[in-house]
Amino acid sequence: MPKVTVDGQELEVPEGATVLQACELAGKEIPRFCYHERLSIAGNCRMCLVEVKPGPPKPQASCALPATEGQEIRTDSEMVKTAREGVMEFLLINHPLDCPICDQGGECDLQDQSVAYGRGATRYDENKRAVTEKYMGPLIKTVMTRCIHCTRCVRFSEEIAGVDEIGAVGRGEDMQITTYLEQAAEHELSANVIDLCPVGALTSRPYAFEARPWELKKTLSIDVSDAVGANIRLDSRGREVMRALPRVNDAVNEEWLSDKGRYMVDGLSKRRLDKVFMRKRGKLQQASWDDAFKAIAKQLKSDKSSIAAVAGDMVDCETMFAAKSLLKACGSTLIEGRQTGMDYDVSNLAAVNFNSTFEGLEHAKAILIVGSHIRWEAPLVNVRIRKAVKRGAKVFVVGPKWDTTYPAEFLGEDLGVLNDLPGEIADAFKDADRGAVIVGGGALKGAHAKALALASDWGADFNVLHFSAARMGGLMLGFAQKGGMADIAKASPKVVLSLGADEMNFEPFADALKVYIGHHGDRGAHAADIILPAASYAEKDGTYVNTEGRVQFAEKAVFAPGDAREDWTILRALADALKVEVGFDSFAQLQAAMIAEVPALGEEGLADYGALPKADANAKAEGTMSAYPIKDFYLTNPIARASEVMQRCSSELLHGGELAEAAE
Amino acid sequence: MLADKDRIFTNLYGFQDWGLKAAQQRGDWDDTKSLIARGHDNIIEEVKASGLRGRGGAGFPTGLKWSFMPKESKDGRPSFLVINADESEPGSCKDREIIRHDPHKLIEGALVAGYAMRARAAYIYIRGEYIREAQTLQAAIDEAYDAGLIGKNASKSGYDFDVFLHRGAGAYICGEETAMIESLEGKKGQPRLKPPFPAGAGLYGCPTTVNNVESIAVVPTILRRGASWFASFGRENNKGTKLFQISGHVNKPCVVEEALSIPFSELIEKHCGGIIGGKDNLLAVIPGGSSVPLVPAEQIWDAPMDFDGLKDLGSGLGTAGVIVMDKSTDIVRAISRLSYFYKHESCGQCTPCREGTGWMWRMMERLRTGDAAIEEIDMLQQVTKQVEGHTICALGDAAAWPIQGLIRHFRPELERRIEEHNAKFAEAAE
Repeated sequence: MPKVTVDGQELEVPEGATVLQACELAGKEIPRFCYHERLSIAGNCRMCLVEVKPGPPKPQASCALPATEGQEIRTDSEMVKTAREGVMEFLLINHPLDCPICDQGGECDLQDQSVAYGRGATRYDENKRAVTEKYMGPLIKTVMTRCIHCTRCVRFSEEIAGVDEIGAVGRGEDMQITTYLEQAAEHELSANVIDLCPVGALTSRPYAFEARPWELKKTLSIDVSDAVGANIRLDSRGREVMRALPRVNDAVNEEWLSDKGRYMVDGLSKRRLDKVFMRKRGKLQQASWDDAFKAIAKQLKSDKSSIAAVAGDMVDCETMFAAKSLLKACGSTLIEGRQTGMDYDVSNLAAVNFNSTFEGLEHAKAILIVGSHIRWEAPLVNVRIRKAVKRGAKVFVVGPKWDTTYPAEFLGEDLGVLNDLPGEIADAFKDADRGAVIVGGGALKGAHAKALALASDWGADFNVLHFSAARMGGLMLGFAQKGGMADIAKASPKVVLSLGADEMNFEPFADALKVYIGHHGDRGAHAADIILPAASYAEKDGTYVNTEGRVQFAEKAVFAPGDAREDWTILRALADALKVEVGFDSFAQLQAAMIAEVPALGEEGLADYGALPKADANAKAEGTMSAYPIKDFYLTNPIARASEVMQRCSSELLHGGELAEAAE
Repeated sequence: MLADKDRIFTNLYGFQDWGLKAAQQRGDWDDTKSLIARGHDNIIEEVKASGLRGRGGAGFPTGLKWSFMPKESKDGRPSFLVINADESEPGSCKDREIIRHDPHKLIEGALVAGYAMRARAAYIYIRGEYIREAQTLQAAIDEAYDAGLIGKNASKSGYDFDVFLHRGAGAYICGEETAMIESLEGKKGQPRLKPPFPAGAGLYGCPTTVNNVESIAVVPTILRRGASWFASFGRENNKGTKLFQISGHVNKPCVVEEALSIPFSELIEKHCGGIIGGKDNLLAVIPGGSSVPLVPAEQIWDAPMDFDGLKDLGSGLGTAGVIVMDKSTDIVRAISRLSYFYKHESCGQCTPCREGTGWMWRMMERLRTGDAAIEEIDMLQQVTKQVEGHTICALGDAAAWPIQGLIRHFRPELERRIEEHNAKFAEAAE
């Protein structure tokens, strides 16, 4: 632990800390542009210059200089002040002063730091540089004249995303940041460079000229586009969510967010269900709440227990609990959340949980992925695996090939390969002090038991990577039948409540009254007989559990449009119509009842599922994975499918090649 | 004047063949095995004792630099020698002459120096524009391989040593040692942050020493003739012989090997046939390639041409590329042209250099015609100070110094131009 002095204040800093970190520990603010905690050190903006003794008689870049014993650091000397002023002046001479029309305005590092460390007046009489715009795809808008060449975006692409998409061409003052041949940035985390850009060079294209940051109401929320549960902030104005930004949570998303989680929010105001609809003579027609409830009650008549509920991928725990309570009051236990028909064993939740935790995954030295296209199913988990690989982890994948962004060995599409793995894989796991087996949703049917046995044999962490934000919460609340959806169909209920379940197969329920309680006019609404408009994740408070069993709360950012109501209120009103008692009249009562039943849902953080079940040593894997469940990364849920931005991403980034071919 | 018998580069002018046979007749590759047999540390000690300072511009003691290399590889990483033949400094052309006419001195030096620092191989990074030179050097390397002088069991010494030639693509900045390493690795030539220094983690993350062509090429001769012979030339701390490259307004521009500390006047009168128009016609001299401040005529004439002597004049020896300018020179335009060079060659990584070089050049262009205010001279001086010492590599310093030299010594000329220009426009306005 070296001891250093910062502006006369003596302190001990951790081994390996930089001078910049030492200054921060001492409570001194060090201005910076290129330095970022999660990226490699570039040391090129020169804004963080400080005076360090012993050393050459010139200011040093504190971000790159290791703190060593006995250093005397000054951040307040005349030399430092002039150096900062000088660098700031250089940054500004070729930076356009178009702050009034710049989307970064109000949240711009250059603005803030020039106020604090600038000279106050310009001495530059020459012409300013202008740079041609670069095309970076449907998400990133560029105004490259504003670029200050900090290279954060370049380093993010290379180091975090793992693709060489963004780089610099030219040199000196002609250096320009661009994508290769001005192709669109295609990585599913590409939009994070917008957050990283300290100026307005890379801004959000869908959000261009929409709002100023100080007009926006900021609400803490959870991303529901996948099962990672990235912590986000929803910025809203009036009744509209303007944008979603990642929040820092080292355990979950660090400070990144997938492009889908970030940009599907424009779908929140499109294709919304904002009126009650009932199917009359084959056509959906507007109706009143009363009529709808009456129709449901009429269908059930006295046989109240003939009702089933299927939970969708994005519903919160409270909605599911409200539905469960309603069904319980009616005398039914027909609840299921795995709408695509999966029927894996859920008697021990530890066996279907991501037990490594995302943070722990970084320290794995050997990783076996079974049937998961992680880049599409959980892009942020792929970032963790990339980190592990950088620390020396070996990665093996069973399933069709996908571009991993790190070296990985593909073992083929036949899940049976698990029964007879090459010796080197077992060796890699036995040598590793920490290993991880990851089973994707698509392989749970054929390989769950075998993967569990392998993990227990190797002493590796066993992980299931879910894809639905609602999955772990649903399983905790018992939204699982032994035989999955097939059991529900077999019971042939008279009424099926679809809680935003758009991926389920409605065909087996042809004779049932299908009630869709959801927010988007998507597949579920098309199949429904009655549509009850509900709230999306942005429009209600709710609890979500991510795939590692982490319980997190999201807050309500805006009101649902039109006649749409928060889901639990609809279910509560339906209880009255069916003349049953559910035991809660307010959201607080509902939450309390839920926590009373499943205490883990009341505590933010990792839920404890106990020990893994004893593995079946004779388990065999069977079947082949010819394709992954996700066909189109950008269109996996009703909100994304309604989003114009996501549609554009899909057509341009995933199917752009096909269009170009067709045009030829 | 240096006696012919004391010259290291005996074929500097190409009067003889550059090939292996001729080189051997001149004494190269003569029992190289016995040089290597002296042992790693012995060679380094000898070079230290000779007082050889790096010939690439900074003048860091060569033997000391080699001694920073690890004595043994603890983790299996090999060590590398990188030879800097990316001679792009305006005014410098010594490495070109060595490679053209005496390439075997360089290759032998690479082996001996590489052995001394326990390097596995030498990479010679040659300037892209040196096309014929690269061909010659490659041919010489091939000759040396064929003769068993380098490669496996190099010169029968039992030491394996490879020499690779790598051609640059024309960027001045790739002459900076860490940018050169980046470029060799196939990346964009941008200087790296130090620490870590190349001796700890350089080429491909392995311990690396980067040396100038001349520093390496003189090593075999120093070893053969002894450190004390080499140290007998020049003043204390500025020892040995050096290739001077005199260009500009002299009657006979030339590259010549001379003892360090030779007075400027002697260098010019003896080897270059004097200044055009005589001594009184001399205006200023840039004594060490474009990166050092100029020295006005009256100060340079009797000055010793070595590291410390020129440092005392507020300039530097640099690469000893002496640019002589007589009174016909538009000195402001000359420096402005240098500013353009640095603007063009800045890698664009650090803010002060990227933005500052362009600003300085544009101001110099206005000062050239006098289209400026007197106060702007001070502002320019301040801007150069804002660039100097604030960047990762020394290119920022190199861009600032020529302008500082100009302002220091020729401020009256700058002011005269501004006044004349303004007077002309004042008249026109009336």
